[in-house]
Amino acid sequence: MPDKPKVAFYWCSSCGGCEEAVVDLAEKILDVVAAVDIVFWPVALDFKKSDVEAMEDGSILASFVNGAIRTTEQEEMALLLRRKSKVLVAFGSCAHLGGIPALANLWDREAIFETAYRTTASTVNPEGIMPQVSTPHNGDVVTLPGFYNTVRALDQVTEVDYYIPGCAPTPNIIAGAVETLLSGDLPPAGTVLTPDIALCEECPRLESKPQELTIERFLRPHEVIADEGTCLLAQGLLCMGPATRSGCGHLCINGNMPCTGCFGPTSKVRDQGAKYLSAIASMLGFEDEAAIDRALDGIPDPIGTFYRYGLAGSLLRRRKMTPVDA
Amino acid sequence: MPEPMDKPAAPATADGWEPKIVAFFCNWCTYLAADLAGTSRMKYAPNTRVIRVMCSGRVDPQFVLEALAHGADGVLIGGCHPGDCHYQSGNYKALRRFRLLKRILLAFGIEDERIRLEWISAAEADKLRDVVNEMVAQVKALGPARLGIPPEDWAVGLEEEADEEVEGVTV
Repeated sequence: MPDKPKVAFYWCSSCGGCEEAVVDLAEKILDVVAAVDIVFWPVALDFKKSDVEAMEDGSILASFVNGAIRTTEQEEMALLLRRKSKVLVAFGSCAHLGGIPALANLWDREAIFETAYRTTASTVNPEGIMPQVSTPHNGDVVTLPGFYNTVRALDQVTEVDYYIPGCAPTPNIIAGAVETLLSGDLPPAGTVLTPDIALCEECPRLESKPQELTIERFLRPHEVIADEGTCLLAQGLLCMGPATRSGCGHLCINGNMPCTGCFGPTSKVRDQGAKYLSAIASMLGFEDEAAIDRALDGIPDPIGTFYRYGLAGSLLRRRKMTPVDA
Repeated sequence: MPEPMDKPAAPATADGWEPKIVAFFCNWCTYLAADLAGTSRMKYAPNTRVIRVMCSGRVDPQFVLEALAHGADGVLIGGCHPGDCHYQSGNYKALRRFRLLKRILLAFGIEDERIRLEWISAAEADKLRDVVNEMVAQVKALGPARLGIPPEDWAVGLEEEADEEVEGVTV
């Protein structure tokens, strides 16, 4: 084999969109393939876990792992790739901060199983069979990965060197990140490989954002046809721009939709949801409690809105499940 | 001068657990009320850890979450009465953030009594005493918040499964 640097891709609790994102590099992917050997990529190549296990520790230059960690299998693979790689990259919102799967942290395993395997209208399960980690079957034992109570981001399982945010990461930032890694001129560990400024600061509609922004009523995207040239927050739409890192090329804004926050916070913010909550609440144009509460009713799902991609990586990480002692 | 309290605000729990309450008091009103309570030799529950901020509007919701995530059992925010803010509108901002933060905390499974916003002027030492005593009693009744999950416990939820483990299968 030539001495091209080795690269691996893996998916954990994710939708597959991050895999698409790699393919979306289009012809640029040929440059990547020319520069590296892809030694492991379950979605596209037929290498097995045993192939990875057989490699020397640290022999992979970089592993790009997308998806959150929900099961024991995902945890095992994350730890394996960590051991085999010089650089571990959390790829996409789910690996970065938990992503959409981490919204399940508002429930626990029992509640999730109960809904998924018993109570949903489309479920037929009269015997109440639940997933088991091991089940005897015809004299053999059939196994499934264990299912954790809490969804974790990749860096809550093992040490992560770099983050490529986004749901999914855009081709530009993927190409930029790969270039950075191949250049050998590595940024400090823990860096998120995008600009460290808020999306608002590079928003094409920044000019139309009033100095003193006041919101009287929150609107959801289906309730209004937004003006294409005006700041979406000024139109009452919950745009996450003030609390979200830039680098995406404001694709949603270009599509006249508010930012939903998939790039996570800038390095100065610890909890994206709380920061956004703070910004939104200060813009609200009311001073008495009843009027404030009426306006806040316009945000029917605050956690799903403010923590859509970041619940696992937030300060509280999950809903409190432990019963309270008397 | 108010009567000194002879008894503690609420009896200690059987195992001697005492709630920790992080209190953010504004420099111009509530902190001065706490000062007045001290110089007036008022006695009240010693469970608050007071952090002085210039204005209740300075209390970033991240501070509240951070306190809870690091083991606080409750958070008390004290500011000037409406219309009295040293910076005109800081307390209104605090109120709006607080109303929204409450909704978030409820969704996180955190009881209503664990977070409180009160307007306490520099002259209202007795109100400060009563608010702290009442909140400590309420939080004591609720028990520890236990929101700070240590990293080693993040992966909990497999214990029962491990018990059911079939020979030769590792979880």
